[in-house]
Amino acid sequence: MKQSRIIPWIGFGLGALYFLIPLIATFEFSMRMERGTYSFKAYRIVFADPGFQSSFAYSAVIAVLTIIVGVALVVPTAYLVQLKLPRLRPVVEFLTLLPLVIPAIVIVFGYLRMYNSSSILPLTGSARGTDLLLIFAYVMLSLPYMYRSVDTALRTIDIRTLTEAAQSLGSSWPRIMLQVILPNVRVGVLSGAFLTFAIVIGEFTMASLLNRPAFGPYMQLIGANRAYEPAALAIIAFAVTWACMGLIQLVANLSPGSKR
Amino acid sequence: MSTTALPAAAARDKRISWSWLGVLPFIAFTVLFLLLPAANLIVGAFQDASGAFTLKNIVNLGQPTIVRSYMLSLQISAASAAAGVFLGFLLALAVIHGMLPRWVRPTLMTFSGVASQFAGVPLAFAFLATLGRTGLVTAILMTLFDFNIYRAGFNLLSFLGLTLTYLYFQIPLMVLVITPALDGLKREWREAASTLGATGSQYWRMVALPILWPPMLGAFLLLFANAFGAIATAYALTGSSFNLITILLYAQIRGDALHDPNLGYALALGMILITGVSNGAYIWLASRSARWIR
Repeated sequence: MKQSRIIPWIGFGLGALYFLIPLIATFEFSMRMERGTYSFKAYRIVFADPGFQSSFAYSAVIAVLTIIVGVALVVPTAYLVQLKLPRLRPVVEFLTLLPLVIPAIVIVFGYLRMYNSSSILPLTGSARGTDLLLIFAYVMLSLPYMYRSVDTALRTIDIRTLTEAAQSLGSSWPRIMLQVILPNVRVGVLSGAFLTFAIVIGEFTMASLLNRPAFGPYMQLIGANRAYEPAALAIIAFAVTWACMGLIQLVANLSPGSKR
Repeated sequence: MSTTALPAAAARDKRISWSWLGVLPFIAFTVLFLLLPAANLIVGAFQDASGAFTLKNIVNLGQPTIVRSYMLSLQISAASAAAGVFLGFLLALAVIHGMLPRWVRPTLMTFSGVASQFAGVPLAFAFLATLGRTGLVTAILMTLFDFNIYRAGFNLLSFLGLTLTYLYFQIPLMVLVITPALDGLKREWREAASTLGATGSQYWRMVALPILWPPMLGAFLLLFANAFGAIATAYALTGSSFNLITILLYAQIRGDALHDPNLGYALALGMILITGVSNGAYIWLASRSARWIR
């Protein structure tokens, strides 16, 4: 059957326009701060703002801690489900999908009701406690992505043989986890980690409702009060997301398994 | 099942229980930070202020403001999901089966990965800079064609504006979700159909679409739930003036806007039901279509 290539090209072109124009417009807008000329003034103001520095740093630290907690929770679970407890797989997979089913705003509403200062576990009673709750909230939010990447990576290696080899050489369980399994699934762990970072760094709803000084609420505040800085922030946020996705691709391409 | 030498029964029991201990942190975590908080809200939806059982909160969901918010959220989600499915499908189809150069496909996939995550506050800023009153596209249309879209009745802070904004993450999500299904459409099927004398439209009506409709419907449900739970974009774009159900719930959590905490729990319950049904149907459809698409 003969097929014309013109219509696919038009479709792709229109799609590209819809996705590129807002980026170009945002970039153009962010350069318009000084009248009559293009400049990076909005970026200079944003980067010099202590509020930007502290909220970005706060969110970056929270994101890293989220990744650590998420990996510590997901890797042993996915490993054990695959190797020893296959019957548990449907249950665990259902649980990892639930955060996509229950909206983030509902989950955090539940936290505020369950962990308020007059409850048994008053996490929201102190700033550190609330930070911890926010980290747990983000672990939940990123659970579907983290679990999927780690589980996929585990399927590509022979964990049974690796485990038995390590055991016969006398390795302890923590050592098998840290020195045998984790290095072998690093591609999955890293893609899950970068995706988690991209999700957490600009998250608004949970941070705002838990009243933490994160980057998402900061951006919202700037958006409500300034004209040009929000556009600069949008470009910065897009660059961070782009960098995270680029790193995922890079890691996947550099991995030894990808050449098979 | 096990390929290793048979261990003694006692040793196996012990190993199994150790394995259970290993997944315990995960189970405990999901119970404490996912299941119990959700259950807590659901129970609260059926309680009055003193903790006694009541259906009053559920009945009170019938208030005009709340019904309006639910309707608005349902409409925005349905509109952005339908348009996202349609446009995302065409885009994916053009790139996968359009015989375009090789670089096109990975470019679209990478970009879709980024754009489907590029939601929230920055997305609102981007569209304000594009289609806001002083946005670039607004200005270009004005200088080139002397056409003021705002005088023509367009408003970014409206149903149409918000739907257009949501499409920025809905279309890429559709592309990512539907690509495996489109890859599953074998070239041989098309060749077989044309050998038997089928026209292009007959091929689509009788071969491709019957195979594609479960993943398409599933994608619609996924996109629907995705838009329904979203708040940050709408909040940053419109402030609290646009009464989506998520924005109403946000106001309720912040400052008891409904003057009835338990009514807030009922509001959350309604949201869980809607996204639950939508996602549940998606998962069911996805497992059905997995038979065809390998």
